Amino acid sequence: MGLRALPYATYADIGFIAALERQPSIRKQAMKHHIPIDHLKALGAHYWGCLQRWLEPGNLANLRPKLEFQTGILAGFALLASVLLGVTNCSTESTIQQRLAEDLQNSLAEVIPAGLHDNDMLQDFRTIPSANYNIGAEETVVYLAKKSGIVTAVCFKFTAPDGYSGAINMIMGIDRDGNILGVRVLSHKETPGLGDKIEVTKSNWILNFVGRSLDNLTPAQWAVKKDGGEFDQFAGATITPRKSVQAIHRGLQLFKEHQAELINP
Amino acid sequence: MFLPENYRKIATDGIWNNNIVFGQNLALCPLLAVTGTATNGLGMGLATLVVITASNALISITRNLIPSQIRIPIFVLLIAALVTLVDILMNAWAHELYKVLGLFIALIVTNCALLGRAEAFASKQPVKEALWDGIMMGIGFLLVLVALGAAREISSTGTLFANASLLLGESFRFLEVTVIPNYQGFLLMALPPGGFIMLAFLIVGKRLIDQKLAYNHTHAGGKAMPEAIIDKETPAPISTISIAD
Repeated sequence: MGLRALPYATYADIGFIAALERQPSIRKQAMKHHIPIDHLKALGAHYWGCLQRWLEPGNLANLRPKLEFQTGILAGFALLASVLLGVTNCSTESTIQQRLAEDLQNSLAEVIPAGLHDNDMLQDFRTIPSANYNIGAEETVVYLAKKSGIVTAVCFKFTAPDGYSGAINMIMGIDRDGNILGVRVLSHKETPGLGDKIEVTKSNWILNFVGRSLDNLTPAQWAVKKDGGEFDQFAGATITPRKSVQAIHRGLQLFKEHQAELINP
Repeated sequence: MFLPENYRKIATDGIWNNNIVFGQNLALCPLLAVTGTATNGLGMGLATLVVITASNALISITRNLIPSQIRIPIFVLLIAALVTLVDILMNAWAHELYKVLGLFIALIVTNCALLGRAEAFASKQPVKEALWDGIMMGIGFLLVLVALGAAREISSTGTLFANASLLLGESFRFLEVTVIPNYQGFLLMALPPGGFIMLAFLIVGKRLIDQKLAYNHTHAGGKAMPEAIIDKETPAPISTISIAD
């Protein structure tokens, strides 16, 4: 497209010297001052003028039907968009990571009482295999709460992959003896007004798990009341609490398998 | 009125006559997906309002550069880039708000109303008009979302603006009202079919009002109108209906 489409701007290709030589007005100014910064200023003003002339509606109306202009414009927009997004992504990545870490910190604080630990739990974790427990991940990161170097509780995220309308992501804190300290739902897609009672902001159903363990409830009791278990279902929504209870049960079993290595690291 | 004629027309078009949902029948996908509650409708409406205003302005600024043959890919590119930008920036700098609205931001990409406004208005109009059109269309869409959300929420759970304090902050807790105490719940209205049914009622209501207005206009100071006359004398007020999405 070059020369025909951009009669002025292409001087940039030839370089400063050539542009100076070709433009009498600039040459005159350059001669007069002999100061590089003024050359650049004059050159800048010149190109600014060129750009303005190029951007005039009349000029653009002539250019628009041309295939090379269309190709260039599409490529230009794509380039601009990707540069903009790339720069934004790079410049905000660390901030977003920090925000996510804060989120995790807050979730951990929800299920592990502050009095139980004096360490930075985000930095103190073990990774254990969890593929056999159907909790949404091949490996689970377990954060350790330590007081004076002794593990008092553990905390990990897990998932009920089979909720009514998608995965239910949860986080659970367990003390070193296997009793639940707290469970929270981090995100889910259950029906608003029915299944979303698993959230602590909407109902206190999830608080019923505090103090439960594999020891004080039999496997049969780890179910909703409709299935002969210990936990309430919701009116109009049975699947959501059923799958949540089952996932929490599986989470406890995962902890039990690794209990020894987790509490005596 | 304090607004010039064309601005007033853009406003009435955006909010009522050519409303994104009622007039253009666009954006039904995000509309039905999020209007389970009035709060969700409000969240989606606010997010859309910001993005449609920005996209209208951006497309109006660059309208002379965009050849008509490749306008659609460029519009899509601009809108998608804008939505992603808002998504990333909000995640980084307004994280609390993002946790509530984030879901809706990504849904805006599927909102063909933005493309519709870019094509029908912003690409042919000066920046100020395009900006104004974006704001008015956004407000019109927001009102429909809130109205539909409220109607569905009341009929499905008996509450109104439940959890508004999560979206707008604690000071807006007064919005949360239980309209029908001890309501047993009507699940259908919370599910997508309920959205279609309630939307149909809203559209009927809008058209009845339009007919009444048209009747009053032609029979200035007229008495109460017999049903038969409405059907014969006033044509359907919405002349162009395009089903898309």
